[in-house]
Amino acid sequence: MCTVCGCGAGEVKIEGGRAHRHDHAHDHEHDHDHHHHDHSHGPARDHHHYGKGPAHAHAPGLSQARMIEIETDILAKNNEYAAANRAELARRGVLALNLVSSPGSGKTTLLVRTIEMMREEVPVAVIEGDQQTANDAERIRATGAPAIQVNTGKGCHLDGHMVGHALEGLEIRDGVLFIENVGNLVCPAGFDLGEAHKVVILSVTEGEDKPLKYPDMFHASDLMLLTKTDLLPHLDFDVERCMENARRINPKIRILRVSARTGEGMEDWLAWIRISREMNRIGRK
Amino acid sequence: MHEMSICESIVSVIEQQAVAQSFSRVKRVRLEIGPLAGVELEALRFSYDVVTKGGIAEGSALEVIEMPVTAWCMPCARPVTVRERYDPCPDCGSYQVQITGGDELRIRDMEVD
Repeated sequence: MCTVCGCGAGEVKIEGGRAHRHDHAHDHEHDHDHHHHDHSHGPARDHHHYGKGPAHAHAPGLSQARMIEIETDILAKNNEYAAANRAELARRGVLALNLVSSPGSGKTTLLVRTIEMMREEVPVAVIEGDQQTANDAERIRATGAPAIQVNTGKGCHLDGHMVGHALEGLEIRDGVLFIENVGNLVCPAGFDLGEAHKVVILSVTEGEDKPLKYPDMFHASDLMLLTKTDLLPHLDFDVERCMENARRINPKIRILRVSARTGEGMEDWLAWIRISREMNRIGRK
Repeated sequence: MHEMSICESIVSVIEQQAVAQSFSRVKRVRLEIGPLAGVELEALRFSYDVVTKGGIAEGSALEVIEMPVTAWCMPCARPVTVRERYDPCPDCGSYQVQITGGDELRIRDMEVD
């Protein structure tokens, strides 16, 4: 079981290194003393195992009760993986953006449009996180960009460990890596993946009070994309109030209104990515 | 439901410590959690019992020390106490409030055999 991501242990699957499709059965049995694995093995690159924790935790103990001070951050392990990812991304000159939203906000559609607009100027790759299916990775690959699908099984978020292994299967350099997180406005806020920025995506078909309902995510993000703005004439969505709510949670957040369908705001979004890439690169060499 | 993964991380820390500090049984674990850590305490307690089953922390008591939310009001230029990220300064009503604490998610200590 992955020591960071306990949820959905043994059901995490990573699929599609270098646009190579690979299906495999993947079962883990687990208890806290032993790990048993049953796999049908494929090429190591495309087949990642979650479950290499310490096998035997028992140690000859003292019989007397005692207190030990730990003062350890519970997410320290995830943060270590995230730091390693950050170092690797810096080494390769890659800007990583962690896209977070509720399900159905239009992340994949926006991403497909973004890739189509950017591909000529910069290499782009995608890590797709979903509980099940490789549908989104296939949609991305249809644009010609490499995509790796991570299925989290029962898990509600991507973690640093999963992204590190997905990164091994991507050859991207001097480009932009989009990490499309599991559709969930709660849990992904707490897990650093090594990204340069979290970008929260909110569609106008959702409520304008979403930033207040899910403050952690809006607080953790540097940019908010308000998507599907082409639908605004048909809705009672109050854009100004939504933006005000987001800024109440996070006074520093930048907000762009975009529509993948009409192209509104897409140039600004691309400009933000270019500038972030520059900022990420300056001082690294 | 990321309380489950948080509990997995706790168990992982316990198992590392068990080797490093030579103990074989955990009786009590004390956590420090702030209201802004994004953790539902009831779900955490439930997950803890499930995740610790069969391991060295099975049956151990989980105690949670709830940390306060602390903040700095920029117009007032002094520390204030708020409840949520979007609360205004209780004195001047400004939203220019920087949260300085309250997102702790730490294991403080544990009682072991």
